Amino acid sequence: MLYFALRRFLSALFVMFAISVLVFLIFFATPGVDPAARIAGRNADPATLAQVRHSFGLDRPMPVRYLLMMQHLLIDRDLESFVNRGSRVVPQIVQAMPVTLSLVVGAAVIWMTVGIVMGTAAAALRGTLADPLIMLVGVVGVSLPAYWLGEVVNLVTQNRLHDTVFSWVPPPGYVELGHDPGQWALHMLFPWLTLALLYAGIYARLLRGEVVTALGEDYVRTARAKGLSERRILVRHALRCSLIPIVSLFGLDFGALVGGAALLTEVVFGLPGVGKLTFDALQNLDLPVIMGTVLYAAFFVVLANALVDILYARLDPRARHA
Amino acid sequence: MTALDTAAADDDTRPGGDVLLRATDVTKHYTLRADSLARHRKVLRAVDGVSLEVRTGETLGIVGESGCGKSTLGRCLVRLTDLTSGRVEFDGQDISTLSARRLRPVRPGMQLVFQDPQASLNPRRRAGDIVAEPLLIHRYGDAGAVRKRVAELFDVVGLATAHLDRYPHEFSGGQRQRIGIARALATDPKLIVADEPVSALDVSIQAQVLNLFADLQDEFGLTYVFIAHDLGVVRHVSDRIAVMYLGEIVELAETEELYAAPAHPYTEALMSAVPEIDDGTDAAAAGSRRERIVLSGDVPNPVAKPTGCTFHTRCPYARERCAVERPPLTRTASGRQAACHYPLVG
Amino acid sequence: MPDQPVKELPDQPLLDVRDLRVTFRTRRGSVTAVDGLSLSVAPGEILGVVGESGSGKSVSMLAVLRLLTNPNVTVSGQVLFRGRDLLALPDKEMRAVRGREIAMVFQDPMTALTPVYTVGWQIAEQIRAHEQVSRKAARARAVELLSDVGIPDAASRVNAYPHEFSGGMRQRAVIAMALACGPSLLIADEPTTALDVTIQAQILDLMRELNARGSAVVLITHDMGVVSEIADRVLVMYGGRAAEEGPSQAVFHGPRHPYTWGLLDSVPRVGGTRLRRLPTIAGMPVSPDSLPEGCAFAPRCPARHDRCEERPELAAGNANTAHRDACWLPPDDRAAQRLAARAGPEAGAGAQRTDETDREMAP
Repeated sequence: MLYFALRRFLSALFVMFAISVLVFLIFFATPGVDPAARIAGRNADPATLAQVRHSFGLDRPMPVRYLLMMQHLLIDRDLESFVNRGSRVVPQIVQAMPVTLSLVVGAAVIWMTVGIVMGTAAAALRGTLADPLIMLVGVVGVSLPAYWLGEVVNLVTQNRLHDTVFSWVPPPGYVELGHDPGQWALHMLFPWLTLALLYAGIYARLLRGEVVTALGEDYVRTARAKGLSERRILVRHALRCSLIPIVSLFGLDFGALVGGAALLTEVVFGLPGVGKLTFDALQNLDLPVIMGTVLYAAFFVVLANALVDILYARLDPRARHA
Repeated sequence: MTALDTAAADDDTRPGGDVLLRATDVTKHYTLRADSLARHRKVLRAVDGVSLEVRTGETLGIVGESGCGKSTLGRCLVRLTDLTSGRVEFDGQDISTLSARRLRPVRPGMQLVFQDPQASLNPRRRAGDIVAEPLLIHRYGDAGAVRKRVAELFDVVGLATAHLDRYPHEFSGGQRQRIGIARALATDPKLIVADEPVSALDVSIQAQVLNLFADLQDEFGLTYVFIAHDLGVVRHVSDRIAVMYLGEIVELAETEELYAAPAHPYTEALMSAVPEIDDGTDAAAAGSRRERIVLSGDVPNPVAKPTGCTFHTRCPYARERCAVERPPLTRTASGRQAACHYPLVG
Repeated sequence: MPDQPVKELPDQPLLDVRDLRVTFRTRRGSVTAVDGLSLSVAPGEILGVVGESGSGKSVSMLAVLRLLTNPNVTVSGQVLFRGRDLLALPDKEMRAVRGREIAMVFQDPMTALTPVYTVGWQIAEQIRAHEQVSRKAARARAVELLSDVGIPDAASRVNAYPHEFSGGMRQRAVIAMALACGPSLLIADEPTTALDVTIQAQILDLMRELNARGSAVVLITHDMGVVSEIADRVLVMYGGRAAEEGPSQAVFHGPRHPYTWGLLDSVPRVGGTRLRRLPTIAGMPVSPDSLPEGCAFAPRCPARHDRCEERPELAAGNANTAHRDACWLPPDDRAAQRLAARAGPEAGAGAQRTDETDREMAP
């Protein structure tokens, strides 16, 4: 176990190193991108440019520049944004993290609940009209892009109907959980639903397939021959086994979203989360911030992967000794 | 040199004469997931020091329970897998160390027929193309010659040439096995290794395919290595039989001798476990009078083989010596070969 | 089992299946898997049901326990168990029958247990589904049952997961589960087919033992040897119908139906004379979607004649009224007819390499 953990840790380090190098190279190898020019402003004279280059260390060899950046980011934690002078990367991310976590955790609870209920119900009701109907709802969820759906939600709740039906909906933005839990939940409600809708559709669809397969397995026939109730067969046997692949997928999705993949939802609803931070940094080609957020994202994806492996062994006894 | 060589010299009752295939101390080990922190590497000894020879025109049966290594041995014999150690000579040539390129000219002479015709035939290719494939690989001739040969092969195995263009799923299980046999026959092999070729088939279809094997042997003078778990089937097809247990041959004998009086306790137990049809005839009555030996427990894990005789953990006759000393496959006084310190036939 | 005394069996059947019919609705029309099957099982007897794939032997037993859940299946007829028609029972009462009065064991022990629960948990689940007992008591019973079916060190093995058991041990565990509530009927569908022959011998011994304790057994198999060794009575099925039925010894010593002849002759034996070529049954097993109007076996039968276009019913052909077969051949002297039939195709068409009808295409 210790060996396993150590191996995971080392491979995680390697992955993050590789990603950081890649980002670094892409940034500096992208044609037409001169960080110095961006920092110095549009019509800077060559002397200013040279000075900027020197003060940001851009005239040093690439490996040195990389190491310096890593030192500032990870050890001194005082790496500064190229674009907003004086704003440090690490505190920015730390500040954005709770927002993203709020969004993703809440949405995950919704989509897992809805997905499991819908998927299981559809599988149990296959052969009846309810099955395709439930799956149709799922397809609709999957096919609505988050940014579009978010805009529509904003349009409906903030504009015309805001004075009547949706007067209770607060303006887009974020309220800290510790500051006012009620307001926090109220502000997050529509972002949650928007993000969850997409994933609920995907998960319902996948789970339905898994449960339908499981219901055809020999062990379900055995369970029936034992005289168990259909409900028990469905939940304790078919669903229990079907959750194994779903949970591992969930771990990966969750990791990616916490890492910033919920970017569109954050942007649409004006939530100052990690996704929004990444989005802005990308628009400004702000390398330090990009580097920080990318490493942060990689960390969560790797972490989620490790957690999935542990969870997998908990869920599937066959994976424990292998 | 070995007991086998002397055995070959004094035995002239078998069909054929020349040794077509000779395996000497064939060993195939698989290393399981090398975990560098684990103290011992786990090694699965699938085939562990097997020596045997197959004579032209005869059928050598290899029988044993699941996991005894009989299929792996079959693959070793035609070099579908590389040996860990040991030697396989086919038609006088050592094929155990040949490179893939040097093996090519040897391959047409030895062919394999698989257990599951469903899985061993490419579902997206037509039956005729499946049979033609080995002909094209070994450059049999132009398109016309290949077509003619495929039609001929279809006829030989009892398939209608009208069905050349059908896909495997359009055939029944027995017919699919016939396609597999036709493919094996395409290159005019001397040796066919058949790995459980009838175990997936219904009884009545099984009999048809077994008859086809017999007819083909008569017609083309084929040599078979016939691998199976069904003792009735193996007895039916084989001239001689090797009984395997945990990767080793525990007994090797003429079919009639083996079934009349097994020399190894495992063979005895295996045979007594076969449920016999009591049809009122004398043979059946003799069969049901035979004392049934029900072995306790399961076959040990081939990763952790017992010391001494591999069968001693389940053997009803085991003595102290059996747990310590591994008995080699040797001849008894009456000429029987068994790997047992205390064979049942002297 | 010629040396054993014939068991005294009571008259009242435990299970009485009457005119069972199972049809599947498919895109290509309706397929009849079981076609008017009647059979009965007496308390404490072992009935062997034999046949090749597509004979309807498994489907008919799944229908008895109402385990055919496919919505495209229609089951009709009567399944009287202790006088109650199982096909007419409400679902809840049917569940009380399953596992408690009639238990079932399936072919593949590797997949028959839910992989994520321990063996003990699954046995305890079976007990608690039918009896008001505590978790602890159910678990203790599970240990007892596992030890009863010959699993060594049952007290610790009860906590093992199915994948930690070998095939033979899993089948034992499945049987232990089936026995948990002391069913009066055990239906075993090819329980040894996936197992090695030495393990098969162990499982057959176990079945005999539980039969001796009073459970009746229906053993479905394709292996004539297994039936011959263990069954009191035999039912030979072909094309979803009964071809022959009777006491085991009567059927094996004097088989009456040409299909039974073929089945017995085409099995290579461990003892007796060795033939270079085996007697075969021409052609392939009939497919349920193309059952003929008349005798289902007629297209493959060496002794078919005009009458075979009519469907024969099961009838006793000799003094032994318990031995019945569905065939239009003259009832007397079937042994001579069997010899003639065997000589016929072997001397004629059968001596050619191919059995002509085998050239027919699969559907």
